[in-house]
Amino acid sequence: MRRLLPILTVLAAIVAVWYAAAVWMNATWVFDQAERNGQVVTWAEVIPQTMAQDRPLLPPPHQVAATLWKGVAGQAVTSKRSLVYHSFITFRGTMMGFGLGILFGVGLAISIVRFRVMEMSVMPWAIISQTVPIVALAPMILAVSFQLGIESREVPKAIISAYLSFFPVLVSMVKGLRSPDAAQLDLLRTYSASDPQTFWKLRLPASLPYFFASLKVAIAAALVGTIVGELPTGAIEGLGARMLIGSQFGEPLIMWASLVAAALLAGVLIVAVGLVERAANRRMGVRA
Amino acid sequence: MSVLALAVVFWLCAWALSAWLANRHGRNRAVRLLVPVLFGFTLLVLWEGLVRGLQVPPVILPAPTAIAARLVSMPGVLWADFVQTVLKGALSGFVIGALAAFVTALVIDRSPFLQRGLLPIGNFVAALPIVGLAPILVMWFGFDWHSKAAVVVVMVFFPMLVNIVAGLQASERMQRDLMATWGASWAQALVKLRLPAAMPFIFNGLKISATLALIGAIVAEYFGSPIVGMGFRISTEVGRLGLDIVWAEIVVAAVVGSALYGLIALVEKAVTFWHPSQRH
Repeated sequence: MRRLLPILTVLAAIVAVWYAAAVWMNATWVFDQAERNGQVVTWAEVIPQTMAQDRPLLPPPHQVAATLWKGVAGQAVTSKRSLVYHSFITFRGTMMGFGLGILFGVGLAISIVRFRVMEMSVMPWAIISQTVPIVALAPMILAVSFQLGIESREVPKAIISAYLSFFPVLVSMVKGLRSPDAAQLDLLRTYSASDPQTFWKLRLPASLPYFFASLKVAIAAALVGTIVGELPTGAIEGLGARMLIGSQFGEPLIMWASLVAAALLAGVLIVAVGLVERAANRRMGVRA
Repeated sequence: MSVLALAVVFWLCAWALSAWLANRHGRNRAVRLLVPVLFGFTLLVLWEGLVRGLQVPPVILPAPTAIAARLVSMPGVLWADFVQTVLKGALSGFVIGALAAFVTALVIDRSPFLQRGLLPIGNFVAALPIVGLAPILVMWFGFDWHSKAAVVVVMVFFPMLVNIVAGLQASERMQRDLMATWGASWAQALVKLRLPAAMPFIFNGLKISATLALIGAIVAEYFGSPIVGMGFRISTEVGRLGLDIVWAEIVVAAVVGSALYGLIALVEKAVTFWHPSQRH
């Protein structure tokens, strides 16, 4: 309770501010309508009207919740209007990018720790690659993969998502694979362990806590990458595409509902990865 | 084909040279600089050889020389896009967002209740795909750079807030007690102890935010912009298959992103010279 109370208070404050802002921002439209009809409206009449517009500038929370509920429970999950369906598309893209990013990040980290020349030549470019705004590449990745005859929109999405998610894994794995100290390495040398043996029996197990810690960052990055990949690429499925459609057809409610759905998806993914991390750490005997 | 073969041979030679340099003279400073530069250069040569040798059409992948030619031939357009997107959109939003986060962090700092309430939420929001707000903010603030700056403010705010708050708690109990025994006021303790101690965290946040700022400013342009700006240029030129211009914009974006990051890293080095990670 001691931990929950402040959070709930802040959440309540956010909802209150949201309602106030909704009234303030949507009132202009109501006043304009009234003026056009030659009526005079009082604030008492305006406030209920700001709560139930079709195209509000800022939809109040309950309208967003209603749209979200309609999107989730209002139709079959296979319908194109179902948010569950679009969330699943985004989830699939995220998982593909996440998996690809892990493979790439771990592979690169292993070769960087093993070969000095890889560390010196690749590591600076890996850092630079993250300062490049990937979204600048997004439309082009799509165009190129289309030219190459890759019809599926999944591939470019997964590439963008992997591009964002490989970096945290790479950095943590390099740190983790180097975490065994000199005494441990010396011990293995006295056992006359070969390089692969040292890797499998010491370096890899030692790096696992670092690996799982990086996954939480990587999954959030992968989701951002997937949504960004859906935004400018003219995708028709996925939460990012729903936002784009909402923006183009002037349907703010669809936009907000997809945004909230994306936030919920992010929350679920982060919690799930956190649980995996906890379970793995307990199994490895890491002190919490 | 011979061009491609030549490029591959060059790549192998350069790789062998780097490997030799790295293993023999890995401690030398010049070598530490040379090896990554050589690696980047070989990538370019390989790319050029690939495009020329296999006659890749420019609508799929333009050669580096073609991109360089574009960079030289249309500096006016690129400069205008740079001013619109980076200077007006990204940087103004970056500064506003960082300052807002700083002020908020100081306010939160005075109230443990707010800290316990806002921090978990801030941590959560920092992990959310906030870019999704871009279409909404473009709808609110119009097509010009103001909406881009607004997107950047929102994207930068939460990572900065989380980092600054964590930084303000980074000073040790003993150090704070020492300040208390000297009768230091909150402001004195803040300026003399807690802000300097927070600097590594603040710079970490700034580094993360610099990249986010560019991403935000460019993505926001996909949802509507005046006929200038890097995101606008990229999305229209992709439609017209002018991929050399798109790549030229990407080069500009990459250089700006790296320069911004490098600048922050330089300032960090000067400000947090005392931190273990900066001492060698």
